[in-house]
Amino acid sequence: MKKLIALVLCLVMVASLAVGCGTGVTNTDTDSNVKVGFIFLHDEQSTYDKNFMDAAKAACEQMGVGYAQKTQIPESKDCYDAAVELIEVDGCNVIFADSFGHESFLIDAAKKYPDVQFCHATGTQAHTAGVKNFHNAFASIYEGRYLAGVAAGLKLNEMIEAKEITADKAKMGYVGAFTFAEVMSGYTSFYLGAKSVCPTVTMDVKFTGSWYDEQKEKEAAQALIAGGCVLISQHADSMGAPTACETAGVPNVSYNGSTVAACPNTFIVSSRIDWTPYFKYMIQCVEEGKEIDTDWTGTIETGSVVLTDINEKAAAKDTAKKLDEVKAKLLDGSINVFDTANFTVKGEKLTSYKADVDTDAAFEKDTEAIENGVFYESKHRSAPYFDAEIDGINLLDRNYG
Amino acid sequence: MAKVVTKSAREPMFHVAKRDDLPWWQAWGIRVITILISFLLVGLLCVVVTGQSFGESFEMMYSGVFGRLFQGHTTMLWKYLQEIAILLSLALALTPAFKMKFWNCGAEGQALMGGLASIICMIELGDKLSYPVLLAVIAVTSIIAGAIWGVIPAIFKAFFNTNETLFTLMMNYIATQIIAYYVYIKGGGSNVINPVEAGNFPSVAGNDYFVNIVVVTVITVLMYIYLKYSKQGYEIAVVGESQNTARYIGVNVKKVIIRTMIISGALCGVTGMLLVAGKDHSININSVGGQGFTAILMSWLGQFNPFIMVIMTAIVVFLRLGVAKVADTALLNSSFSEIMVGIVILMLVGCEFFIHYTIKFKQKKGVVA
Repeated sequence: MKKLIALVLCLVMVASLAVGCGTGVTNTDTDSNVKVGFIFLHDEQSTYDKNFMDAAKAACEQMGVGYAQKTQIPESKDCYDAAVELIEVDGCNVIFADSFGHESFLIDAAKKYPDVQFCHATGTQAHTAGVKNFHNAFASIYEGRYLAGVAAGLKLNEMIEAKEITADKAKMGYVGAFTFAEVMSGYTSFYLGAKSVCPTVTMDVKFTGSWYDEQKEKEAAQALIAGGCVLISQHADSMGAPTACETAGVPNVSYNGSTVAACPNTFIVSSRIDWTPYFKYMIQCVEEGKEIDTDWTGTIETGSVVLTDINEKAAAKDTAKKLDEVKAKLLDGSINVFDTANFTVKGEKLTSYKADVDTDAAFEKDTEAIENGVFYESKHRSAPYFDAEIDGINLLDRNYG
Repeated sequence: MAKVVTKSAREPMFHVAKRDDLPWWQAWGIRVITILISFLLVGLLCVVVTGQSFGESFEMMYSGVFGRLFQGHTTMLWKYLQEIAILLSLALALTPAFKMKFWNCGAEGQALMGGLASIICMIELGDKLSYPVLLAVIAVTSIIAGAIWGVIPAIFKAFFNTNETLFTLMMNYIATQIIAYYVYIKGGGSNVINPVEAGNFPSVAGNDYFVNIVVVTVITVLMYIYLKYSKQGYEIAVVGESQNTARYIGVNVKKVIIRTMIISGALCGVTGMLLVAGKDHSININSVGGQGFTAILMSWLGQFNPFIMVIMTAIVVFLRLGVAKVADTALLNSSFSEIMVGIVILMLVGCEFFIHYTIKFKQKKGVVA
């Protein structure tokens, strides 16, 4: 009897393998000639990747195109292999990868498949690589951080008014991943936003050395709170810092999406990049046979830089109203986030700053970023390059990975 | 003398007894059936979780591993062979140590150090040496780097009898931190070393992984011969069975431990080279990606026989890639793939238990036991 069962099982196996021979996989049957392949560094457990995954789903559904995805793709040749799989097996003709380290491998794939379009978030090489079907994209998230910073500043003002703290004790804490431009640009704009409404604010920054390490992020937030920080924000991808804040009862300005469900008493607001507009733009370009921008920067105007709903329970009164005002000013250009009139470096105003915009092995500071008294972020390329250390922000440690 | 069991409240429901060696075909029959059942189980779980049919699930798995092979697209097949080659080469590297009952849990770190040697050569010597000389230097330095990382715990074990499991594990962390520091120096704060052009293994007939696969094939055969037919292979087996016996027959145990770990570390170093010069052309702390630990299981499941290891790694990599495809297509969490691989490995380990032991149930009272 046992042998008979085993034999039947064998036959089922063989049969099912035979059925499997050589058919591609499709998610959706559509009329569109576009199918997008997404390559993600982690999966939806990382808020960073979840943000991309949600946008991918939304954009493809709205545009009525099929898509396929590969999750947990490390920053190695595996990225190239994943692209090959998405093209050859799933029949994708647009490939998108979401992590910085994927870039070089994606460029290799772009060279191999000149008829397929390759788009990459957070990368820096497209404007110099000279590979026609390879494109970078990012968003002016510093504007979103600035707005979130304004919300933080208003909360500090409320605490000062309520005599919970004195003005000189208005110190914020920031949990960052690595000490490099993307994070530095983020926390500096956040700080400048807070400073625009609460002039006495200072900020301590701690780095975890990882984009996703729940325990380290939690410990960093706890250390900052113990060090006298009365409000916390973060640029790392786990729930570590928000939950540490909820436990300690310290207000938190989040990133990548709302954490209000887990932190109903302390979550104020969160800024994030909404990738849906870019994905739709990318799909539309391919559908119509148009060129995709080599280096695309999403803004508040394109709907790429957004804030989540404000949690009235934790936020200061009238935060929404004030944010709308500031947002309007950012849109009409009357506020520039990195206006050199608003910050100093080592006690002096910046008049010239060379940023490392073009990727090269020597990390040469190649481009003047300050014009007319304003440091123009995301102008010379979409990925951030502001990495000055301004006064008022105190780096408790550094971590370059 | 047999004893009549009358009545004993203490007698357990069943007990486990070592069984005599099964004939090879029976043992293999059990293994094959286990593999089939475990695949069936994986298929069923895919059906339950994704709502696809049984056939569709396997179709998906197949396409995740072989792609559209019959339409002439061989890239995926090469990728599959490459993944097998890396896991296999780590398992092969661990095998001599394990056979000696030296628990080398440091394949991860030894491979990373080999990889580090490769990338340093590629970056620093890439424009100074001719291509063949560069490749030779990469190979030699990677082997030495891996061997050094392997021999340090061996020396401590041989002379001070330290615990090699903890020692090799700790060496992994040190290696990881060294890589992190190197990436920081060369990555300039961006945390990424861009792929280096110099010192890459050549692609053969448009195939980047060809050299890696050939190298591991050769190592597989050599390892089989080394363990089975060489004097050193015999010494390893004796030391593994009983160090006292080894001493009695005149084997220098310290020497064998150190020599074997040099070989084990050196082969891990080779894997690091295959990953860096033959695949990524770059390095980061995840370059080996935990495969150094999966390799431990592969070596065990292969019963220290290189050719059985080929089969075991082929099965595990098939599942890893195949189920990942199922998960990605159904937009499932990627842990699904790890869970499925875990189930299959557990079942394979479990089947070894039933091959070596038998369960005897309590017999009816009054029966001669």
